[in-house]
Amino acid sequence: MAQKKKFLYVNRKAPYGTIYALEALEVVLIGAAFEQDVSLAFLDDGVFQLMAGQDTAAASMKNFSRTFKALGDYDVRKFYVERESLAERGLTVEDLMPITYEDEAEDYAEKPSIIPVSRAEMAALIAQQDVVLSF
Amino acid sequence: MQLAIVVNEGPYTHQASDTAYHFTKAALEKGHGITRVFFYHDGVNNGTRLTVPPQDDRNLQKLWSELGEKHGLDLVVCIAAAQRRGILDADEARRHGKDASNLAPGFRISGLGQLIEAGIEADRLVVFGD
Repeated sequence: MAQKKKFLYVNRKAPYGTIYALEALEVVLIGAAFEQDVSLAFLDDGVFQLMAGQDTAAASMKNFSRTFKALGDYDVRKFYVERESLAERGLTVEDLMPITYEDEAEDYAEKPSIIPVSRAEMAALIAQQDVVLSF
Repeated sequence: MQLAIVVNEGPYTHQASDTAYHFTKAALEKGHGITRVFFYHDGVNNGTRLTVPPQDDRNLQKLWSELGEKHGLDLVVCIAAAQRRGILDADEARRHGKDASNLAPGFRISGLGQLIEAGIEADRLVVFGD
């Protein structure tokens, strides 16, 4: 296969009101097998997907939030979260789940996957991509 | 240029499928190639042959099927999204013990790998959604 492409999955919707977030995650999981340069972006209501302490029992929906924590094992380790989207919703990075990956280059040290960025930085990130899948 | 098309919404409720159809048709008329059209989320509902829109309205499934046949397009419906929403080809209907299948002519059912592969192979991937 040719050179790796830069894939960005843009998550813009809250996790359970619609199916977009769950089905986006299914694409990310399948896409991980293709060994491309993968990043995830969380903006607008998409930042709610990473909230800590999600409990979906009362809504009888499948809680898929734990899957995000497993993505590091699939080399999906860049979670760009837009600061303005957090602030507009009264959230901070501390409200999000801790998501980490093991850095094999540094003796498998655990490192944070979540990278807070500004709206301008997010725009620049999107502009750098080869393939942008928006959900 | 080789283009991959993603359709993320069903017909009629959203304009996404109409816009994707017109974009695809225009791109073909300009001489571009279409690597694949991938239907995901409610977009899989574009692939049922059982829709009966009013006679004075467009029939999106038929438009896609005809465009596909004319240009030999690869119209792929995501299997996981399709199964959730009751879009089955004959094999899938048999496998799941269902008494009918409804996949429209010219469409095929396959996995999400086809979406990623289209993104890798095409020069541009264009998403049509809400």
